[in-house]
Amino acid sequence: MRILPSRTSLALLGACLFFGLSATASAASTNVAVAANFTEAAKEIAAAFAKAGEHEAVLSFGATGQFYTQITQGAPFEVFLAADDERPTLAVEEGYGAKGSVFTYAIGQLVLYSAQAGRVTGPESLQANNFQKLAIANPATAPYGVAAVQAMENLGVSAALQPKLVQGQNIGQAYQFVQTGNAELGFVALGQVSQSDAGSRWVVPQNLYEPIRQDAVLLLKGQENPAAIAFVEFLKGDEAAAIIRKYGYVLDH
Amino acid sequence: MLTAELWSPIRLTLELATLTTILLLIVGTPIAWWLARSRSRLKEVVATLVALPLVLPPTVLGFYLLIALGPDGLGGLFGGLVGMRTFAFTFEGLVFGSILYSMPFVVQPIRNAFEAIGDRPLEVAATLRASPLDRFLTVAIPLAKPGFLTGAVLGFAHTVGEFGVILMIGGNIPGETKVLSVAIYDFVETLRWREAHILSAGMLIFSFCVILSMSVLARRSGQKVF
Repeated sequence: MRILPSRTSLALLGACLFFGLSATASAASTNVAVAANFTEAAKEIAAAFAKAGEHEAVLSFGATGQFYTQITQGAPFEVFLAADDERPTLAVEEGYGAKGSVFTYAIGQLVLYSAQAGRVTGPESLQANNFQKLAIANPATAPYGVAAVQAMENLGVSAALQPKLVQGQNIGQAYQFVQTGNAELGFVALGQVSQSDAGSRWVVPQNLYEPIRQDAVLLLKGQENPAAIAFVEFLKGDEAAAIIRKYGYVLDH
Repeated sequence: MLTAELWSPIRLTLELATLTTILLLIVGTPIAWWLARSRSRLKEVVATLVALPLVLPPTVLGFYLLIALGPDGLGGLFGGLVGMRTFAFTFEGLVFGSILYSMPFVVQPIRNAFEAIGDRPLEVAATLRASPLDRFLTVAIPLAKPGFLTGAVLGFAHTVGEFGVILMIGGNIPGETKVLSVAIYDFVETLRWREAHILSAGMLIFSFCVILSMSVLARRSGQKVF
């Protein structure tokens, strides 16, 4: 009895996949690496982008540091929307990004968030220390994790809260830990929770942490792709700016 | 060469794998015995349940565990007894997850070993007036020793290699849930490749030794592992 398909049919399948994929690629689409905090806003921007022109953006979401490692190893991303202003500049310096293409597309805001209504009222919700787990993004790879650490230091609670910290691999997982109730509180991005009134939140004052300047960069892989260039231009435009503001980010242009 | 940052995940992983293996031998042996001896129709259903982690993506197990350990699951039911509200992000939670995740690797070899004994030795022991418990302890277990060894080694090694489930339910806490595989992942993602190399090379050597020792063991007892 034959269990495995014949070599010919495998080759045919492979050919179909190959040509199927290259067909999609020729329909001018671009691969965009998006920092996890910007997920919801980026989806809406990508939808507006697809509507506005003939091009399409295919989004991947993750931690900024993880993406950067992948980009240095030849990941097929053409545009990189980071959550900080270090890695896009580094990308240009180390020869992965196009010179002069770095710009700030949004300034992020940090939020102390709980899935329970009324639980978070202000800094006192942290200082009260009446919870068991506080979720943050991994500070080694996620800029919102760094901001959370700075905010706790400036509030003078980092030593007391250290044993209660749980780290998400990116801000998306940190938010998920809070949303599933496994952590009562968490530092997340305003962009993740701005479109819903559920739970309770405190927008951390910007003087408690270094501004989260989120920079974008056109990567060398996208330099020749009209879709990648168009997406970067679209991101700088008014329509995108309106969406970015709507999700609770600040713009400096 | 081994700083605390490197040593902590190694020690934690060894603790997790050791505890998981011991608990799996205790829990898995009766299951394996029942699977080997029972004529119940439910037998194959239970065997399938035990084998599921072989096929399921770790993310499925991680997802269900996150909910099951949380405030709406076991954490909510029993967490209050020990002053907790979730078992996610704890060492105990990882042990629970690892037991499910590595169970087929322990139960299957032991079940095979029990089946290989056949009825004859146990019947002979019975005619010599050995009680069922006596037959199990002094006949079945010694005869199934190679199966126990294989199960223990595979269960231990598989727990050491666990990644996806722990990434989802661990919360990356140093000394508590940040095991070797997660530490390697973090080192790679932050471009700290020297540390990633040290730990990865260690894992490579460890895994090689495990499989080699399994093959040697199997040759001695005349059984095939793979």
